[in-house]
Amino acid sequence: MTEIRTFELKNKLGLHARAAAKLVSAARGFKSKIVLERDGREVNGKSLLGILTLACPQGSRVTVRAEGADALQAIESLEGLFEDKFGES
Amino acid sequence: MSITDDVKKTFVLKGIGVSPGIACGKAFLFDPLGSDLSLYKLSDTSLIPQEIKRFEAALKESERELRAIKDGIHGKIGSEPLYIIDVHLMLLRDQAFIRHTVGHIKESCVNAEWAVRMTLDQYRELFDRVEDEYIRSRFSDIQYVGKRILRNLSGEKRTPFSEIREEVIVVASDLSPADTAQMMVHKVLGFATDMGGKTSHTAIVARSIEIPAIVGLQNITRVVKTNDDLIIDGTSGLIIVNPDPEVARRYQEKKKHYELVQEDFLKYARLPAMTKDRCRVDIGCNIEFIEEIPSAVLHGAEGIGLYRTEFIYINRDRLPTEEEHFAHYRQVVGIEGLAWSTIRTFDLGGDKFTSDPKLAKEMNPQLGLRAIRFCLKEVEQFKVQLRAIIRAGAFGKLRVMFPMVSGIEEIHEAKRIFDIVKGDLIEEHVPIGRDIEIGVMIEVPSAGIVAEELAKEVDFFSIGTNDLIQYVLAIDRINERVAYLYEPLHPAVLRLIAQITAAGHRNGIRVAMCGEMAGEPLYALILLGLELDELSMNPLGIPRMKKIIQNATLQESRELLNKVLAFNSATEIRDYVEHYMRRRFPEEFQGAGQ
Repeated sequence: MTEIRTFELKNKLGLHARAAAKLVSAARGFKSKIVLERDGREVNGKSLLGILTLACPQGSRVTVRAEGADALQAIESLEGLFEDKFGES
Repeated sequence: MSITDDVKKTFVLKGIGVSPGIACGKAFLFDPLGSDLSLYKLSDTSLIPQEIKRFEAALKESERELRAIKDGIHGKIGSEPLYIIDVHLMLLRDQAFIRHTVGHIKESCVNAEWAVRMTLDQYRELFDRVEDEYIRSRFSDIQYVGKRILRNLSGEKRTPFSEIREEVIVVASDLSPADTAQMMVHKVLGFATDMGGKTSHTAIVARSIEIPAIVGLQNITRVVKTNDDLIIDGTSGLIIVNPDPEVARRYQEKKKHYELVQEDFLKYARLPAMTKDRCRVDIGCNIEFIEEIPSAVLHGAEGIGLYRTEFIYINRDRLPTEEEHFAHYRQVVGIEGLAWSTIRTFDLGGDKFTSDPKLAKEMNPQLGLRAIRFCLKEVEQFKVQLRAIIRAGAFGKLRVMFPMVSGIEEIHEAKRIFDIVKGDLIEEHVPIGRDIEIGVMIEVPSAGIVAEELAKEVDFFSIGTNDLIQYVLAIDRINERVAYLYEPLHPAVLRLIAQITAAGHRNGIRVAMCGEMAGEPLYALILLGLELDELSMNPLGIPRMKKIIQNATLQESRELLNKVLAFNSATEIRDYVEHYMRRRFPEEFQGAGQ
C-alpha cells in the first residue's frame, strides 16, 4: 500500500531541527518506508540528517510518500504534525 | 620577568562582546580537537571490518556520553538544551550518516576518522547550498556530533570539565548547549569562542549566569593554550593574552569597579562633578582600546584624560606605520560626548622591539631607556607617531603628552621635534590640528620639583601618580614584599602633588591627574582640596567618584587637606582620611579600609 500527500510548512522556521526531530520520531513509529520529496529531491523520512538537508523553509511544500502495511496510519499521523505546525507557532 | 616574557607572548584579540563584565584567569581549552587527528589509508582491505567496529564503538560511546549529560542536567534547566541533546542523539543514530561513513571506510579504504570527516564534509557542502540561513546554521549540530565521534575514535579522553579545580576562562571553538550545561554547576569565569554572534548559545548562557563572554574571535583556539593568562572584557570584546603585571593590575582594578557600579550610580554619571559650593572638576577616562569608549561615555566620562598607545606597538613583527597609528588616533578624537582627548606618546622600553638586537634587556628597565628617553633616541620612530597624532588633531580637541619627562631639556627637545613634524605636514598640505595642546606627564620626582620651570613650557600637566609614587617612595608595587609601603597618602606624595598643582596654576596652566589615585573615592576630598582641574580615571570608577564630589564642598576639602598636610606620617593621614570619609559618607564607605 502506498499513500502520497503533499503538505505545506506553516511553522515559522520551516523544517528545522526540532520539527524535523519530531517528524523523524513519528515516522520511526511505523513499519512503512517514509520518503519526503521536495523539488525533485527525495530523502528518507526516518533520517534526521536527510530531512535537514532537504532544507524546507516556511511556505515550502513537501510531498510525503508512505509505503507499507501501515502507510495510511503513518501518513495520517504525519499530516497531523504538519497541520499542528509541529506544535509551534 | 624575563623568563615568562619569552615563553608567554602578550597579545590582544578582538571579538564580539556578548555578555559584559571582566574576568581574569587561566585559559582552559575546551575540546582541543582537530589538529592531532590522524587520517590515513588502510594498508590492507582486511583492516576494514576493524575500522567499522571502531566507528560503531565510537558511536556507542558518544551516545552513552550524551545520555549521561542529559541525565545530569535533567530538571536543572529549561527544556531547550535537552531538546538539542535529543537532536544530537538522533543524529548519532542516523542511518544515512552511518551508511555514508561505513561506505567511505569500505570504498576509499580509509580509517574511521577520515571516513567521518568525509561524511561531515559532504554534509557541509549540502548545507552550504541551503538558502535558508536558519537551516544552514544547523550544520553546527552535525559538526558537534561529528566532533564527539572523532574524539571518541581518537580514544583520547579530554580532561572532563569536572576535574578542573581552578576557576577558568573557557576557550572553545564553539559551545553547544550540552557543553555549557555541564559547566553551569561549576565555576566558569568567562567564555571565549571562535564562532558565534550576539544570539549564539554561548552568549545567551553567559548573560543568564552573568559572566563575561566574547564570541566571534575566529582563531582563539589556535593561538591560546591552556594555562595562558587571560583578561577578558566582555564589554569591549577584548581579550588580553598573557598581560604584563601592570596591565593585569589595571584590569583587576577595573573589575573591582565594575562590580561596584550599580545601576543607580549611573544617574550621578550623567551630571558634572560639581561640589555643593559649585566647584567643578573635569572628569576624564583612562583607556587603551577604542572599544572602551562607549562604556566610558555611558559611565560619565567628559573627555579622554589618558589614551595609552602601547598596544599599538605590542606583539608585531615590525613597527606600526603612520597610517596604522592614525587609524587608531582618528577614532579617539572628536567623539560625541567627549570634549577632549589626551594621547600619551610611546611609554615603553626599547626591549619591546625584540627584533632589534642592539636593544638588550636592561637590568632595571623602570629606570632605563624608555618612554620619552627612548623616543628622543629613536627620533624617526617618534616622528611617525607624532605625525599621526597631529593629523588626528584635525578631527577634534586633542592634547598630546609626553611620559617620563625628567627635566626641561627633554621637553625642549620633544617640542622641537613636534614643531618639525608639524611644519612638514603643513608643507605637505595634510590637514592637521592647529591648536593641539602639549603637556607633560609629571611622574618623575625631578619633574615635580622643577614644575615651576616646566609649566612655562607646556599647556598642561598630568600627574601620573602610579609611577610618581613608586619613584618618590622607591617602591616597586608589584613586588609583594614591599608593596605595603606604597602609599598615596604619604606626606611626601601629598606635598609634592600640592607643589606641582600650585606651580601649574601660578603659571596659568591646567593640572590634571591620571593615575589610579585620581579614581579612588576615598581620596575624593583630598583631590578636591588639591584643586586639580581634571581627574582622569578608569571609566567604571567615574559614577562613584562623581557621586561623592557632588555631595562634597570645596571648603571642607580644603580644610581636610590642610589638616592632613600638617601630619608627619602616612599612618596618621590615612587614619584621619578614612575616619573622616566614613563619617562623612557612611553609605559609600561601609567598612572600607578594614
